[in-house]
Amino acid sequence: MEQSLIYLAGALLMGFGAIGSSLGIGILAGKYLEGVARQPELQPLLMTQLFISLALVDAVPMIAVGISLYMIFAL
Amino acid sequence: MAGDTLTSEEYIQHHLTNLTYGRFEDGHWGFAHGSEDIAEMGVWAINVDTMFWSLTLGFVFILVFFMAARKVTTGVPGTLQNFCEISVEFVENNVTQVFGNRPNPIIGPLSLTILIWVFLMNLMDLVPVDFIPYAAQLAGVPYFKVVPTTDPNVTLGMSFGVFVLVIYYNFKIKGPIKFGAGLFTHPIPHWSMYWVNLILELVDMIAKPLSQGLRLFGNLYAGEMIFILIALLPFYVQWALSLPWAIFHILIICLQAFVFMILTIVYLTQAHDTGEH
Repeated sequence: MEQSLIYLAGALLMGFGAIGSSLGIGILAGKYLEGVARQPELQPLLMTQLFISLALVDAVPMIAVGISLYMIFAL
Repeated sequence: MAGDTLTSEEYIQHHLTNLTYGRFEDGHWGFAHGSEDIAEMGVWAINVDTMFWSLTLGFVFILVFFMAARKVTTGVPGTLQNFCEISVEFVENNVTQVFGNRPNPIIGPLSLTILIWVFLMNLMDLVPVDFIPYAAQLAGVPYFKVVPTTDPNVTLGMSFGVFVLVIYYNFKIKGPIKFGAGLFTHPIPHWSMYWVNLILELVDMIAKPLSQGLRLFGNLYAGEMIFILIALLPFYVQWALSLPWAIFHILIICLQAFVFMILTIVYLTQAHDTGEH
């Protein structure tokens, strides 16, 4: 019983994390493309900012994935 | 040690346990032979494989840059010198862009060390999952986790090291009184909101190192876990999955090292600006 609860908890953790990060990164990439479309010469600068904020948006969902994988496999 | 046909559960368990050396319940020091030993050791345990790989990679980093510095030529630079120059210039651009050129003796070398060292440690994740652990098993070493950054001790240790530096520079630049006053007055300078400010500032101060360390750990741990799961598949289909994942993982490795460095610079910059308002 307890093991199946862990699997459920891990699945929920990853699922909600995935929703959050995909929405965030979707909006982020959309705005990035708008920015590059508006000013193509700024593309390299915008790309570095994109990657920094992408990693920051991705932080908490990835921590959730890390914890849920740890729970599912190593607990 | 393990029978030749491991169940998938044991296989995963085996690849996730560190080689720990610690003090058993009855006080004698020795290598743990399973996760229950590790649990029994509690605090008095050291992950030998993580220490070994992180320190070796640290020496590799120092050695490479030392060799490049010794043979530096103003003429046509060799590839090693090019690599070192590119990375130093990259770090220098980022530092001056974010931090400006205030006099600070350690932010440059610290950022370069973090960038290259974390990158090297992450790079170990691309080594096929079973290469080194199986070789170590043949050599009699039961557990051998190869990627140091999949060990939260390493990532949280680095991020709390940066946290200590941030506190040090806060005290050095702003001075304890101004720094303490800042905790109360920062977001909303009105006197009624002081306790709210304090809570917000303390939470923010703790969240920074935790999120910085756990981000690196989460990414690398998830990446390594996917590689282990792919390794469970029948061998003729493994390359179809592990190849795209490894290619994508190269981006993750560079990105996480870069973000760890950028956040270190940003946190140190925040510690330096005295907020004139």
